[in-house]
Amino acid sequence: MSLDLRVPMGLMFTLVGLILTVYGAATKGSVIYERSLGINANFWWGLVLLVFGLTMFLLGRRSQKRLAKLPPEPVVDGEVRRGH
Amino acid sequence: MLNLTSVDWLIMLLYFVFVLGIGFALKRYMKTSKDFFQAGRALPAWICGLAFISANLGAQEVIGMGASGAKYGLETAQFYGIGAIPAMIFVGIFMMPFYYGSKARSVPEFLRMRFDEKTRALNACSFAVMTVFSSGISMYAMARLIQALHVFDGLFFALGWNPDGIFTFSIVLSAVIVLLYIFLGGLTSAIYNEVLQFFLIIAGFLPLVLIGLRNVGGWNGLKASVPMQYMHEWKGVAHASTNPMGIEIIGISMGLGFVLGSGYWCTDFLVIQTAMASKNMESARKVPLIAAVPKMLFPFLVILPGLLAIGVATPHTTTVERHVNGAIIRETTVVSKQVEEGRGLVPAKINPVTGQPMLDASGQPLLDYDMATPNMLLHFFPTGILGLGLTALLASFMSGMAGNVTAFNTVFTYDLYQSYIHKGGSDRHYMAVGRWATVGGILLSIGTAYAAINFNNIMDTLQLVFSFVNAPLFATFLLGMFWKRATGHAAFSGLISGTLAAVLHHGLTLPIEARPGIHGGWIAVLHHYPSDMAQNFWTAIFAFSTNLVVTVVVSYCTKARPESELVGLVHSLTPKPKRPENELWWQRPETLALAVLLGAIALNIFFY
Repeated sequence: MSLDLRVPMGLMFTLVGLILTVYGAATKGSVIYERSLGINANFWWGLVLLVFGLTMFLLGRRSQKRLAKLPPEPVVDGEVRRGH
Repeated sequence: MLNLTSVDWLIMLLYFVFVLGIGFALKRYMKTSKDFFQAGRALPAWICGLAFISANLGAQEVIGMGASGAKYGLETAQFYGIGAIPAMIFVGIFMMPFYYGSKARSVPEFLRMRFDEKTRALNACSFAVMTVFSSGISMYAMARLIQALHVFDGLFFALGWNPDGIFTFSIVLSAVIVLLYIFLGGLTSAIYNEVLQFFLIIAGFLPLVLIGLRNVGGWNGLKASVPMQYMHEWKGVAHASTNPMGIEIIGISMGLGFVLGSGYWCTDFLVIQTAMASKNMESARKVPLIAAVPKMLFPFLVILPGLLAIGVATPHTTTVERHVNGAIIRETTVVSKQVEEGRGLVPAKINPVTGQPMLDASGQPLLDYDMATPNMLLHFFPTGILGLGLTALLASFMSGMAGNVTAFNTVFTYDLYQSYIHKGGSDRHYMAVGRWATVGGILLSIGTAYAAINFNNIMDTLQLVFSFVNAPLFATFLLGMFWKRATGHAAFSGLISGTLAAVLHHGLTLPIEARPGIHGGWIAVLHHYPSDMAQNFWTAIFAFSTNLVVTVVVSYCTKARPESELVGLVHSLTPKPKRPENELWWQRPETLALAVLLGAIALNIFFY
């Protein structure tokens, strides 16, 4: 399978992390954080997701690039290759 | 009550875009039916491993384990420590070589190879029916929860739609999304999205647990705020009257550990299909073991929110007086009777006719435990991360549904359509059938969801029927894989009599405090159990033992199959799989299994 899941997954978590971090920074000190015991849950958890997302994305990209450099895989047990 | 802002909607929307995007991106790789139904048997072990537990991480798990945590405390962790982990180790080390090695495309197909056509037909039919109904129940539960949490109320109000349509809207929305991504990308798409959902559930629930724990003052604070027996998994299980679930140790270890847990994790195609999609035998064997690692940590993620909901102080109507620039401002926070009569954040059940809390036999208000985890989300999450939490909840419902749907389309196409309706079609034909079976399966699930509105008892009844069918299954697989003498006639009659035994046992026993009827005792009441959980476990034990005995006896009365036909299907006749050449000792599945086992023991000691 030539779609590495880590690429779209990393992208999604990067975006979600970005949204939360920015929103958290913009609402710093707001009353909405009374619920979460005064912790800016958006900012800090957003940051965690951002790091996780970027790591996944970069790992996925790296392995896809490495796979692209390798010679194509040999055909397994007489399977007919279609397409192209 | 629920105030969602555009940030919350943005996160939810982003998730839907990525889920569908993965489906579209995978469409061009779907060239043969093997790609569609078996993910080309080419996925890495870690992806299949995470999908293996995510397929099970549906509504029942996230809402149900939270509810059970609130009701029974840490004894719920038995479902993990005894129910799941040992079974996952067993299926990985001992059973996967036959599932994967036999090249069967589904669990019923394995039964045909090992036993005969009628055993396969019996299993395929009951399984197909059960998956459709389960995904319908999951859909119904989701729509109900969305209604109860008022997730779409604001949206409907803004658009000027009638709020009565929220139920239908939730069902159609989830059905269309799941349908699209499976229709396009088949099992690969379902597995990829299950992994995505897995991480999303962690992203949504981990901060909830952290904030909740901080609120009650950490682990020691939690211990101080809930009754002592809620904090123990094992203490008090020696006798039924000294633990919250009312089950004694034999019922737990035999019923849950040996029969129900193994029956589910070792034979249900819903989870096995993800392992069968991995790229080689070594990976397939590692899949359940990799899955067991996060599974061990899930009690913290899904049971703790429920327990914390009990530990948090119950909200009451309060008035706060503030002095601002000489003026006195009184702010009154009004809390509904439903919440005030509850325990912690778990609300009381309200009689819809009188508006009064419903009471049990001893005059205590009945609690709506299913709201434990959702109420935690609403209580602690500010807008923004609340969107993430709700998305995680939706994701869990959809992953439960998707697993059922892919299992259904595979079993329908290979085991029913190709075997009994239309043999010898082209590969392209079967792939099209699989796609349309997906559509059909989802339509039937929607039908089930609507039937559940009109018939109050349908969910309980269906779950009861499932337990009758599933309870004896593990005995058939155990004998099939590890006893070469077991025959097809024996397996078939064993399955039927095991189910009959389950029905009989249920009809003859009753949990204390229940009336004869759906809860049992509809033939005659010969025995009372301390709880319905205890009754469930013992029903399973009776079904399993009956199947075991009948299969062994009938096997000796019927002619055995020649041993040459059973190579690769039975343990004693199968040569050991060749080890990959440059494999190091720590890369072997057995090493991983040992590590998981030690981890599970440590966890059981921790929760003791």
